[in-house]
Formats: sequence, structure tokens, C-alpha cells
Amino acid sequence: MELVLDFASWVLLLTGGAFVFIGGIGALRMPDFYTRMHAASLTDTLGTILVLLGIILQAGVSLAAVKLAAIMVFLLLTCPTAAYALANAARLARLAPERRVRDE
Amino acid sequence: MVTLFGVFLLTLLVITAIGIVRAQHLFVAVMLTGIFSLQMAAVFFILDAADVALTEAAVGAGVATVLLLGALALTEDREKPAKRRAWIPIVVVSVTTLMVIYATFDQPRLGDAEAPVHQHVAPWYLEETPRLIDIPNVVTAILASFRGYDTLGELFVIFTAGIGVLFLLANPSERGTLTLSQSAEATGLRHHLVPRVVGRLIVPFILLFGLYVQFHGDYGPGGGFQAGALISAGFILYALVEGETMALRALSFRLLGGMIAGGALLFVAVGIAGIVLGGNFLDYSVLAADPVAGQHLGIMLVEVAVGITVTGVLLTIFHSFAAREQRS
Repeated sequence: MELVLDFASWVLLLTGGAFVFIGGIGALRMPDFYTRMHAASLTDTLGTILVLLGIILQAGVSLAAVKLAAIMVFLLLTCPTAAYALANAARLARLAPERRVRDE
Repeated sequence: MVTLFGVFLLTLLVITAIGIVRAQHLFVAVMLTGIFSLQMAAVFFILDAADVALTEAAVGAGVATVLLLGALALTEDREKPAKRRAWIPIVVVSVTTLMVIYATFDQPRLGDAEAPVHQHVAPWYLEETPRLIDIPNVVTAILASFRGYDTLGELFVIFTAGIGVLFLLANPSERGTLTLSQSAEATGLRHHLVPRVVGRLIVPFILLFGLYVQFHGDYGPGGGFQAGALISAGFILYALVEGETMALRALSFRLLGGMIAGGALLFVAVGIAGIVLGGNFLDYSVLAADPVAGQHLGIMLVEVAVGITVTGVLLTIFHSFAAREQRS
């Protein structure tokens, strides 16, 4: 049982880390503001859920697990809202998405 | 592992600091200072200074960033180009850096039990706190009781800062008209459904967490300074979501002024109560029949006083900047 939990938590942590990493690369490499934000918001939601679930499995049934779950709910509420507000502000500032056709 | 993490964080700190200095766009610089504070909080945390980390995260990364953004709205967002190389500052900074590096050679290693700081009064505090004050968090015991006089001084620094901002920014003749003249609906994010709904949902929980940090300070990291920053962050969020007017309707300028003075007065009153009941200034042992119970009561009152003043000052500064912005 212990082994299964450890394995599951490591899988969750590693996939979460991978998502955060991909999101970071995307935020640097994507062509314009909106696509960059799209990549960055990936780390906010999916990365957060996976990493925090992984830590909750490590914490077991305890007060720490409840606190981590509360943090997860808080981040799941605020991060997408912040992403929405940011994109909305960009749209209100009339920042146009880039419409470049790749010449190949 | 912790050492590796510490080196990583300190490297990031240096990179962020260079970024702040080099940033031409002031908005970028403000955001980088917020990131700098968050990293600093992490550094404090791995040095086992949870109370300081909480303060740094709440004040440095949270409220200070909002205040700097408020200040930025009043000025330009581009740095003025420097006309010539500032040789004197460069020399001063270089010499200071060399002196600080030279001083670190004499510094004891991290966690060295023989270090002077662990030989002086620290062992006494650790041994006597359970007997004299009987609360688990020694930091709170030192801050509020043993060194209560220092905390009183800190509180008056904050008090003075709040009054200074009021003198500089607030215009009493216009303050009354400002509150209700502009339609409440025009400001804030009222037309944006998603931030508004989520903001409304979160504000009560932020305030509740602030109160938890306030009154749980005896048992874990927390206390008046952190709680004041958290509660004012909750109100600032409310002001951003619902507009200045609604926030001022909840906590008016008059009430905030009362909070600034009231908290400081409460602290001093607790100190004087000690004298009246036959002890020294800020001696809480005489406040109740049992010295330990008196210490608990005194620490709670003093922390509440700190929380009230910090909330009042931070919100006053925020509203002063925001009101300035609306007028211009």
C-alpha cells in the first residue's frame, strides 16, 4: 500500500513538474501575448492540481493534507481569474493577436 | 538539499535585483520587486524564520506591490534617461560591497551553536518562555512581551508613516466630496463578471484567514503585522472589484484614521495599565491575578493593537493613492 501511494505520488509530481516546465517553455517561446498566456495558464491549473495532489498523497490523512487541499481550491479559483483578467485587459487595450502566416 | 535550494534561490535573487536595476519600464521594475519579495520570503522560510517569511510575503509581495502600482499610476511609467554616468554612487556601492564581503569572513557558519547570537540572551528566552509566558511560539513571546518596547517603537514607525502619507497625499477639503460624488458603479471591475464573482467569493475567506493569523500568532507563525497586511489585502481586493466608493463605505477615511490612532493608543494603554496595576511599563504579568494569564492577555491586546494600526495605515495609503488618481 505504502509503495503504491509513493509510486502514485511520484507519478503525479513528475507529470505536474513536466506540465510546469512545458508551460514555462511555452511562455518564453510562443509568438504573441495571447498564446504565451495560454501556455502560462497551463502551469496555473493542471500543474498546480497534479503537484498538490502528489504532495497530499505524501502527507497522508492529516491536517497538512486538508491545508494543501484548501490551497489547491484557492489557486484553482484565483489563477484562472487572474489569467482571464490579464487577457481581458489586453483585449481592452486593443492588443491584436498576431496573424502571421509562416512562410515555408 | 536545503543548501542547494538556498544557493539556487540566492542566485535568482541576484538575477532579479539586476533585472530591477536594468528595467527601463517602471511597471516591469515594480513587478520584479514583487517577485524579489516572494523569493526573499522563501529564503527566510528555509532559514526557519516562518514569521518573517509570512510578513515578507504579505507586505513585500502583496501590499507593497499594490501601493507601488498606485504610485506608478500618478507618474510616468518610463524611467528618465540618465544624463551621465553616476560615478560617485558606483564607487560608494562598490566600496560597501567589498566591506560587506570582508565582514562575512568573520561571520560564524549558519547554525553554528557557538555563534554569539546563540550564546547571548537567546538560550534564556528559550528556557524561560514556557515558565513565564507559556505559549509555544517563542517569536511572539519575544516580540510582544520580552521586547515589547521595541515593538511599540515599530508600531510608531508605521503610525508616523501613515500620518506622513496623509499629510502628503490626502486633501481634507476634497475628501468628503470624493467619497460619494462619483458614481460607485463607474469604478472598479463591476462590469467584469468573472473577477467580480470570484473576488466576492474570496474576500471573506481572506479576512477570515487574516483573523486566524492574528489570533493564532501565539501558537504558530503570525501576529498583528502579518494579520494587518492580510486584512488590508482583503479590503484592497474588495476595492479593486467593487470600486473605491464601496470600500470606503465599508471602512471610511474617518474610521481608518481612528484605527491608526486607536491601535497605537491601545498599545500604550496596555503599557500604562501595567504601571497603574503596580508593575513596569509594558509588564503584562500584573494584568491578571495569575502572571501567566496576564501575559496571555497582554500579548493578545498588544497584537490586536498592532493589527488594527497596520490595517489602518496600509488602507489609508492605498486609498490616498487611489483617490489622487481619480481626481487627476
